[in-house]
Amino acid sequence: MANKRRASAIVAFALSSALVLAACGSDPEATPAPTNTGGGEQEPVTLTWWHNGVAGDSGENDMGDYWAQVAADFTAANPHVTIQIEQIQNEDLQRTRIPTALQSGDAPDLFQQWGGGEMAAQADAGYLMDLTDVLAADIERLGGSVGPWQADGKTYGLPYQFAVEGIWYRKSLFEQAGITSEPTTMDELNAAVQKLKDAGITPIAVGASDKWPSAHWWYNFALQNCPRDVIQNLGDFDFSDPCLVGAGELLDEFIATDPFQPQFTSTVAQTGATSSAGLVATGEAAMELMGQWNYFVYQGFTDGSDEQIAALLSDLGWFPVPGISGGQGDPTAALGGGDGFSCHVNAPAVCADFLAYITSDDVQAGFAENVGGLPVAPGAASAVSDPINQKIAAAAANAGYVQLWLDTDLGPNVGGALNDGIATIFGRTGTPQGVVNAMIAAAATQ
Amino acid sequence: MKTLEASGAGKGPAVGAKAPAGGPRTVNPVTSHTRKHTTRKWLEIAVFVTPALALFLTFVVYPVIAAARYSMYKWNGVKQFSEAEFIGFENYARALFGGTNPDTKDAFTTAYSEPFWTALSHNFAIIGLSMAIQLPLALLVALALNRKFKGRTFVRVVIFAPYVLSEVIAGVMWLIILDPNGIATQMTRAIGLTPPAGGWFEDLSWGFWTVFFVITWKYIGLAIILFLAGLSGVPEDLQEAAAIDGANWWQIQWRINIPLIGPTIRIWAFLSIIGSIQLFDMVWVLNRGGTTDQYSTIASYMMQIGFFRSDWGYGSAIAVIMFIISFIIALAYMAAVLRRDNANRMQKAR
Repeated sequence: MANKRRASAIVAFALSSALVLAACGSDPEATPAPTNTGGGEQEPVTLTWWHNGVAGDSGENDMGDYWAQVAADFTAANPHVTIQIEQIQNEDLQRTRIPTALQSGDAPDLFQQWGGGEMAAQADAGYLMDLTDVLAADIERLGGSVGPWQADGKTYGLPYQFAVEGIWYRKSLFEQAGITSEPTTMDELNAAVQKLKDAGITPIAVGASDKWPSAHWWYNFALQNCPRDVIQNLGDFDFSDPCLVGAGELLDEFIATDPFQPQFTSTVAQTGATSSAGLVATGEAAMELMGQWNYFVYQGFTDGSDEQIAALLSDLGWFPVPGISGGQGDPTAALGGGDGFSCHVNAPAVCADFLAYITSDDVQAGFAENVGGLPVAPGAASAVSDPINQKIAAAAANAGYVQLWLDTDLGPNVGGALNDGIATIFGRTGTPQGVVNAMIAAAATQ
Repeated sequence: MKTLEASGAGKGPAVGAKAPAGGPRTVNPVTSHTRKHTTRKWLEIAVFVTPALALFLTFVVYPVIAAARYSMYKWNGVKQFSEAEFIGFENYARALFGGTNPDTKDAFTTAYSEPFWTALSHNFAIIGLSMAIQLPLALLVALALNRKFKGRTFVRVVIFAPYVLSEVIAGVMWLIILDPNGIATQMTRAIGLTPPAGGWFEDLSWGFWTVFFVITWKYIGLAIILFLAGLSGVPEDLQEAAAIDGANWWQIQWRINIPLIGPTIRIWAFLSIIGSIQLFDMVWVLNRGGTTDQYSTIASYMMQIGFFRSDWGYGSAIAVIMFIISFIIALAYMAAVLRRDNANRMQKAR
């Protein structure tokens, strides 16, 4: 499932999130007093806000703490507003809490929004506030990254974070294998894989057990093999172009070169030292195709000390997914995804104001500085100080176009069928045509 | 779940049996005393039964009816159910044989019907293997442990321990042990054997058997404890008499102990069959039925498609199919196998 990938990336314990929740709850609770006594002119308004910034294994919660600060700043400037925050673990939030809340009609005013097909379905059902006109200036300011939060020409949410994926690698292992430059074409990547194998190093780690990490290889082959309009119109469920089957064939060929760690279908993405992220973080494998969140995930495998994190980061490299030769796609196209928020259709109007505030240049800059995420607002770009994050930001800026993760783009039903189909290619039971057929079948059920 | 349902089923007849018992009493000349008594009795029944009945209706009966209703609709779980499209039994047809629409029949057969039958076949394979492997194994261990020896209690606790562990903990533990770099994999390598190429759980030919091993490890403790409890009820004088008549240990087990714990074995088999059909927690924790459905079960398949792909109508249809299968098997087993035990018990009671 694509949803497992998290920028915060740290699996949170329900207990710790509940504790933090209780701690955070006290802050906004304190604000109503001045509202009632001093507010005077404006009616008191309460905003409920559900986000996925929960505490990780270490108990640290940079994102949750930052959002609490943002809410406090907003209520300080707007004393008639009370913001009640609920922090919910990402998968619970996306798969259980938000759908049930929307169904029941008792939905939060402002909630996490991943964009793409799922958001389109929510918009179609009439749950989301149309922000197109109210936040026109902010949509303009944020630029193309808002795309995944738009459906049928209308904007139903704004992102606060967006990043493209690429290949993470260990510089020392590249050096050990005699690889002198970052691969820029698929042939160079294949050559690097061979050199690493010759040096006795596992070339690429993939968490195929979780399905979505392996699916991202297919997405990238599709992006390289298919014309831009085919990729960008996948949301219309037209899977007739043979380039999609071709993507599976390219993947098949790539797997046949044996670039992945042994027993890759038994490897998960993020949990434990034998996960794909763990293999790279501990220097057991040289490369991994992953999103920007792995910047945090890798750090989770250190003991948390500044020296260890610095040592890891100095040995960590990143390059965009290399292009293939002979494909119909734009070789500089990139896949990416992010996080945003939507307002519920019945939310008070101030919800849109608060969303605009969250995505304002200053708050975005603070997000980059305090949380280490990649902000969406161009005005906050200078706040990104880490060299790898700068490189990821530059790759997004230089990409021919940025495509949202295909599973998110297609929505849970067809996107899930796609990921399940790709898993069978990695399991060596499925065929490239089977992947496309699974998507066609799933689309026919909608 | 299993035990809850079993006890629920047991309660049914008991309540029913009481009602006629109250009947004959009213034949007596009605006095104000007995009328008061009767009213009081019904009041008591109402007070004690109503909360449980309300819970049962709310959390068991209503969801079953709701699932049956959802299963008739094309519903993605996002839009309001009132706007979902009614499609009759099409979701069932999609699962069973690819649907009735000739345009999508082939695609649906591969994408939906085949995984459904694969999952169901895994359920029935687990039932068959439970009877063929778990039953004799548990019986042997129970017979061995039925002898008196030092440390018997300790051994019994050890054997029962996996059953007490939660499925999630046990599943994660086995995931760690059988990880590509886990201790079992390393030991396999250390003694010169090659672990399965795709990993213990994900390898196409090993996956199902690894999962069956874990399930056996997890649930065999229940069978052993049940059989031991049954064996403790077999009178010792029977065994002594047989021994005096010259029967050896095996003959005593085979001709006396095993036949006498027949009712216990049949109850265990019933619980095992129902548990196998509803098997979910373990396969889900291990890896949602496997990346290529190597060990999917009907319940994990329902969760995968219904919940994670937001195909709620179809998922509900799978749930109803699972309910019907469990229900039919439970009734058939009751009628064919357990009826004799129940009849015996009724006679004894008289």
